[in-house]
Amino acid sequence: MSELIVKNLHVSIEGKEILKGLDLTVKQGEVHAIMGPNGTGKSTLAYTLMGHPSYTVTEGEVWFKGRNVLELEADERSRLGMFLAFQYPVAIPGVTVANFLRTAINARRRVENPEDKGVPIPEFRRMLKEKMELLKMDSTFAGRYLNDGFSGGEKKRAEILQMATLKPEIAILDETDSGLDIDALRIVSDGVNALSGPELGVLVITHYQRLLNYIKPQFVHIMLGGRIVESGGPDLALHLEEQGYDWVREKYENGESTIQRVSE
Amino acid sequence: MEEKPRVVVASRTRRPEAAAKNFAFTAGDIPSGPLADYRRRAWETYARLSMPAVTEEAWRRTDLRGLPADTFRLPAAEAFRDLAPVPAGLLKPITASQHGGQVVLSPGGNSADSLTLDESLIRQGVVFADLQTAEREHPDLVTKLAGGVVRAEEGKFAALTAALAQNGVLLYVPKGVTVEQPLLSILWGPGANIAHLSHLLVWVDDGASVTYVHEAASPEEGGASMHAGLVEIKVGDGASLKFVELQSWGRGVWNFSHERVSVGRGGSLDWIFGAVGSRLTKNFSELELAGEGAAGRMSGFYFADGSQHLDHDTQQNHLAPHTTSDLLFKGALKGHSRSVWQGMIYVAPAAQKTDGYQANRNLVLSPDARADSIPGLEILADDVRCTHGATVGKLDAEPLFYLKSRGVPAPDAERLMVEGFFDPIMQRIPFEGVRARFQQAIHNKMEAA
Repeated sequence: MSELIVKNLHVSIEGKEILKGLDLTVKQGEVHAIMGPNGTGKSTLAYTLMGHPSYTVTEGEVWFKGRNVLELEADERSRLGMFLAFQYPVAIPGVTVANFLRTAINARRRVENPEDKGVPIPEFRRMLKEKMELLKMDSTFAGRYLNDGFSGGEKKRAEILQMATLKPEIAILDETDSGLDIDALRIVSDGVNALSGPELGVLVITHYQRLLNYIKPQFVHIMLGGRIVESGGPDLALHLEEQGYDWVREKYENGESTIQRVSE
Repeated sequence: MEEKPRVVVASRTRRPEAAAKNFAFTAGDIPSGPLADYRRRAWETYARLSMPAVTEEAWRRTDLRGLPADTFRLPAAEAFRDLAPVPAGLLKPITASQHGGQVVLSPGGNSADSLTLDESLIRQGVVFADLQTAEREHPDLVTKLAGGVVRAEEGKFAALTAALAQNGVLLYVPKGVTVEQPLLSILWGPGANIAHLSHLLVWVDDGASVTYVHEAASPEEGGASMHAGLVEIKVGDGASLKFVELQSWGRGVWNFSHERVSVGRGGSLDWIFGAVGSRLTKNFSELELAGEGAAGRMSGFYFADGSQHLDHDTQQNHLAPHTTSDLLFKGALKGHSRSVWQGMIYVAPAAQKTDGYQANRNLVLSPDARADSIPGLEILADDVRCTHGATVGKLDAEPLFYLKSRGVPAPDAERLMVEGFFDPIMQRIPFEGVRARFQQAIHNKMEAA
């Protein structure tokens, strides 16, 4: 069983500590949501898990499938089965979606077998067509330059298309709902749900509860000040929807958990 | 892509070093034949001109003081018989499934099987031959064309080539003739301490059309040699030329050329350059839009690595109204290499309603490589549209991380980004085989240490 285990993670960027002792375990087949106000370190967690070079881990451990993830480059983490859907996908001018995906698939195949000749073109085309239909994407999409001039919705769909193609065992979705209208949100969520199952662990990072109407988590965590301060079931997200984050702030930023906000 | 315009400051401290050495050629090296008068005049010009120095504007960024000029000799007759033969790969068609004709130029003359031309083209009056054959069989045509587009006075190397070139090509396409299958010439320059001098004469007469591919090449790790070339091309009224020019000289070759294509009324030129070879290149390429409504496109691909130095000087001259030019040169640099692109759009007072465009984009892949990009406009007409752009950038960290996060190892991710950088040039090239050659060049250069 693939398990992502994060222990006492401390992360700094340019000398400033953002994550201050974060603990989290996500098992294959589980859907977790991390919610929290802006500036609390959610995206830092996402980037750090994927190995972005700007983030420095000063303390703590990250394990996946028994491997010490912090020793691995981003591409090694990806090939190990980790995936990050970016909040702000990066444009790669001059490289088409299809060319990029084929390169990514072939890179993975070559690591398993250095003699691999790459995925046969007809097989690749068939697979891509199938995944694009799943995400209700126009077939011309494959020929466009990756994320170059894409609308917000197209970018997020392209992220899920990559996820569908690369078949990770754990997927981290960083603010996947941002910039999506309700139709796009539904398409993207349907895509994620179609990929979910006993093989896939999902970590949804979101500011708003909205996305969780479509992607239903079994576990919800509240993040504040670089740590996870509350964990619970789906009802915790609903509670946040009704109450906002103020009660969390009051509870964890104003000393100990003595103040309990009374609902109106 | 991080793109920031780079301004190159004009001043540079000059070291008081000795000037470049002189060549050891003599007037006795002038070949006889119908061009003898032309050659003798060029020789006088050659003798009068001094070796280019960095004090001259056009040569400011390309220093010839290391050129071992006195060591180069003209190839002896039949020198090619003792040298490496042309690799078969160079003769493969890259713009179509087969060639309508082929010329292979080798040092010291050409073997018997170096010339081919379709019977049907011969019947239509098409001439495609090496220079020696052409001087023998078409003396009037050769005499008419030599010096007609590029003058010997334009530079030391132009004069040298005009005077002494034994190798070359004559291509003539008569009025209204459409040559369907492309023509290929290869200039093969093996050996060491050899001066390869080549003179290409092309005339696509009024209403005619042709695709012409010329490649200059030598063994990758050959000894020090030089090449000086003249390319003189006339595209007649309503005529059309697709000209693919590939430079694949070995690492020891000092390469110089003066090239100009003059396009007549309503004529069109699609000029594609690919430069991956040589130790040092200084290339003057000029598009001259001489007739009303003439149009020209210039697309350049270059990739330097190691200690290569590639200097491309381009000029788009709009001499007549309603003329259009469109230039895009894109280059990547690795190792300690250096590139220079200096471009100029000139619009003559009479050339109203002109549309000129020039852009040069560079991707610097190593902290020790350097690209200079210097656009220029000189516009003497008032109703024109001229735009230009010049950038020098490097690979950004964010796209690299993005690609790596999809499992693509760093070297593959970098190659993918470099391919993406060159894609706009690939899009302009109508030949699958040429695109494949450039892709292969990117691959080879990226793989190299």
